[in-house]
Amino acid sequence: MPSNHRRRVDGRAAEVISSLFALAATLILGLILYFIARRGLGAINWTFLTSLPTPVGQPGGGIGNALIGSAIMIGIGTLLAVPWGVTAAIFLDQHPHSKLASATRFACRVLTGVPSLIIGLFVFTLLVLPTRTYSALAGGIALGVMMTPLITLSSETILATVSSSWREASYALGATKQQTVRMLILPTAAGGLTVGIMLAVALAAGQTAPVLLTALTSRFWLENLTQPAASLPVLIYTYGISPFPDWQSQAWGAALALVTIVLVLNIVSQAVVSVVNRRRGV
Amino acid sequence: MFIKRLVSHTHSGEGLFPMVTALAAALLLSLVGGIFWVVLRGAWPAMSAFGLGFLVSTAWDPVQNIYGAAPVMLGTLATSILALLIAGPLGVATAVYINELAPGYLRKPVSFAVELLAAVPSVVYGLWGLFVLAPWIRTGPGAFLEQHFGFLPLFRGPSLGVGVLTTGLLLAIMILPTITALTREVMRGVPLDLREALFALGATRWEMITRVVLPNSKAGIIGALLLGLGRAIGEAMAVTMVIGNANRLPVSLLAPAQTAASLIVNEFPEAFDLQLSSLLLLGLWLFITTSLVNLAAVWLVYRPTSVKSAQGGALHAK
Repeated sequence: MPSNHRRRVDGRAAEVISSLFALAATLILGLILYFIARRGLGAINWTFLTSLPTPVGQPGGGIGNALIGSAIMIGIGTLLAVPWGVTAAIFLDQHPHSKLASATRFACRVLTGVPSLIIGLFVFTLLVLPTRTYSALAGGIALGVMMTPLITLSSETILATVSSSWREASYALGATKQQTVRMLILPTAAGGLTVGIMLAVALAAGQTAPVLLTALTSRFWLENLTQPAASLPVLIYTYGISPFPDWQSQAWGAALALVTIVLVLNIVSQAVVSVVNRRRGV
Repeated sequence: MFIKRLVSHTHSGEGLFPMVTALAAALLLSLVGGIFWVVLRGAWPAMSAFGLGFLVSTAWDPVQNIYGAAPVMLGTLATSILALLIAGPLGVATAVYINELAPGYLRKPVSFAVELLAAVPSVVYGLWGLFVLAPWIRTGPGAFLEQHFGFLPLFRGPSLGVGVLTTGLLLAIMILPTITALTREVMRGVPLDLREALFALGATRWEMITRVVLPNSKAGIIGALLLGLGRAIGEAMAVTMVIGNANRLPVSLLAPAQTAASLIVNEFPEAFDLQLSSLLLLGLWLFITTSLVNLAAVWLVYRPTSVKSAQGGALHAK
């Protein structure tokens, strides 16, 4: 047994090393945000956010069509994933021990672990190959497929927090299961459900591979959902690996816009969680 | 019988409600099978053309229509294992710091910073890796390794910046939050009375951590590392931007290589026929590999555990 003094010193030294590791992890986030802000701020202005890309070699141009394209595809994905995911979560909540429920939960775990690239391959083979065109619709569906299992898992956790005494009170008043879900469980859980949906949207907003394989990209405004569409992440990728300094600087501007959107969604949902918790007195 | 149940539900005032919710769940379940089936069907021509040779062949030749997956499979494994070797100790140490060591006022900010690291989109990591990390590796650690250890095949130059080492580092940053978050969750499950028992015996805080907290979280930590590995294997965009996209066996850490995911991203938009099918076969391999790794991880993290005392005897958790 080493001396007591030695033990204390060894312990402190190990603690300091572990703290330095944690500091390094925090520092990395700082480094990434710093470079995005420094290189991105110079590129961002109102024209940049609202105009079309210019032809190769011409200075100027912006990411307006990519912002719109991303918004529309995330919108399609949300329209698909929210009803589907929340309805599935209602089933898991109503029949938690049924075979279908455990199988669905298992499926959600598998799906959330599957690389988003694979979901791109799936939607490509199913929609793009037969129709012979990349489209905003296919991109939105790919995002929706990716978001649904996330929303199902988060919604199930939230629905489970609605206490059983409330549910029983509702049944005692003669309400059917459907009425209980519609008038008691969903309104009570609304805040938490929204947080889960916001986090899924934040994740979808940053997805590149599934959108690249299904919507490709475009240098024009989106006029039709069956056309290829530009999106913020794909633009960052194509501009980032391009040899033109002008495009590279626009990639940083687009990255700043994307990171701002994603981080705001994350921070707001964190804030909602802590407000809800405080109101519940947790 | 289906109709009968439907009618009886309608009479009880439930309408189609139970049917609709069950259908939503069943659709989600069939999605897994659907994805597997669609990718498998697309990969079938390549499977029947190359058989098991696909796994060992190093050819990737669209002109002669011969495809093999050995370089990209090894590239995937090399980069993701390198990432795990870096992010594993860093992630576990960060979790130990946040859960056990940090003063109260630092706990929240540090854990929030690590969570935000998980929220940054992978293409943004790619951009940062390409313009900040890769140039630094080229002139800093890469040049150093080339100069002093360049005689070893593992560090053979020239140090280009893009390549296996840069990819491994970037992936390590990306999987760090996964490892930290899950390790924290498992460590939180270690019972308070075990911790207090060791303090009562006069242990220092570090002895308590290494003899009670870490041994009791071992299975869960391995699960957390596996989940991180799964993420690294399937990561596409960030890797594509910093791997250098050279379809050859990854021998030197400083040389460009290719992974399964980055090859798919690079070639998919222009591929057709057998090349497309071969890329889908790579996708199938990724699907199966990541699913197996993730399921093993989930099993390790969430299985019921027995608690070990400091001496290694098993007590049962309450």
